[in-house]
Amino acid sequence: MKVGVVTFPGSLDDVDARRAVKFGGHEAVALWHGDHDLKGVDAVVLPGGFSYGDYLRCGAISRFAPVMTEVIEAAGKGMPVLGICNGFQILCESHLLPGALIRNDHRKFACRDQRLRIERVDTPWTAAYEANAEITVVLKNGEGGYIADEATLDRLEGEGRVVARYVGDNPNGSLRDIAGISNERGNIVGLMPHPEHAVEDLCGPGTDGLGFFTSLAAAAFA
Amino acid sequence: MARYVVDVMPKPEILDPQGKAVLGALPRLGFDGVLDVRQGKRFEVEIEGDATDASLAEVRQMAETLLSNPVIEDFEVRLVDHTVAEAAR
Repeated sequence: MKVGVVTFPGSLDDVDARRAVKFGGHEAVALWHGDHDLKGVDAVVLPGGFSYGDYLRCGAISRFAPVMTEVIEAAGKGMPVLGICNGFQILCESHLLPGALIRNDHRKFACRDQRLRIERVDTPWTAAYEANAEITVVLKNGEGGYIADEATLDRLEGEGRVVARYVGDNPNGSLRDIAGISNERGNIVGLMPHPEHAVEDLCGPGTDGLGFFTSLAAAAFA
Repeated sequence: MARYVVDVMPKPEILDPQGKAVLGALPRLGFDGVLDVRQGKRFEVEIEGDATDASLAEVRQMAETLLSNPVIEDFEVRLVDHTVAEAAR
C-alpha cells in the first residue's frame, strides 16, 4: 500500500513515521501541508511534532492547512488515517475524533517508555495485535492529557472505541487512562504515544510499535 | 475600523494547569489569600469599516471556528471603542 505522511511546518516525527511505514512493508509517500494533493495514497499518517509552533492550540492551525481538506474528505470516506501525538491533536481539532488534548496535569513534559494495552484490534492500524496485548513504546508529550465530557467518554467506552490505554502510571492526566481512540468505523485512530519510535531493535524500547504499520496489510479494511 | 476583543477561557470544569502554576507562584511572592487563578487568551481583532451586526457575527464565527475550541473553552466577544483607534491614525 502507499501510505502518505504529512509534513507540516514544525512536524518532528515525519521522517521516523515514513521509516516505520517502510518497515511495515509499505511505500512511504511524503505529503506536504500546503498541497491539495494526497498523491494517490491508500492511507495517511499525521505525525508528531509541534506544527505551527503549537501556536493558538496544538493542532488548531494545522487543521486548516490545505492538505487537511483532502485528508478530512478521504477519512470521511473510510481511508485509514493515523494521528500520532500532534497528529492526534490535529484529528481532535478537525472534529474527526471527539474530545481534546490539554497540558499534562503535572505541568511537565513527559518523555519515557510507556506500557500500553491495545483494546481495539479491528482497526486498520491495530489489526496485527492480539486483543488486550500489552506493548511498550515511546511517550513524549507536553499536552497529552485526553479529555472529553462524561457522556462522550461513556460513549467511547460503550462503543469499544478506546484503542489504547495507559498501563501503570498515567503519564499526563488523560481521563480514564485513555492513550488512543478511534471513530466509530475504526479507520481514524488518534494515539498520543509514538509507535513509530519502536520499530527496530537498534534504538527505542523494542519493536512493539511495528504492529501499527504492519496492520494495514492484515486489515484489508473494506 | 472596528476593533473587537475576544476573550477565551478554559471551561470551568476543565483543568487549567497554567492557572494552577500561577496560583502556586503567587504566595511565594507574598500575595496571600489568592483562592484561584484561571489563565485564558485575549484576541484583538481589527475589521475594516464600521462596527456592524454583520462584522460582530463574523468575529463570533472566527471565535467559534479558530480562536477557541468549544470542547474545552468558552469565549466572549465585545466591541471596544473604535473611535479611539480612528483618532490615533
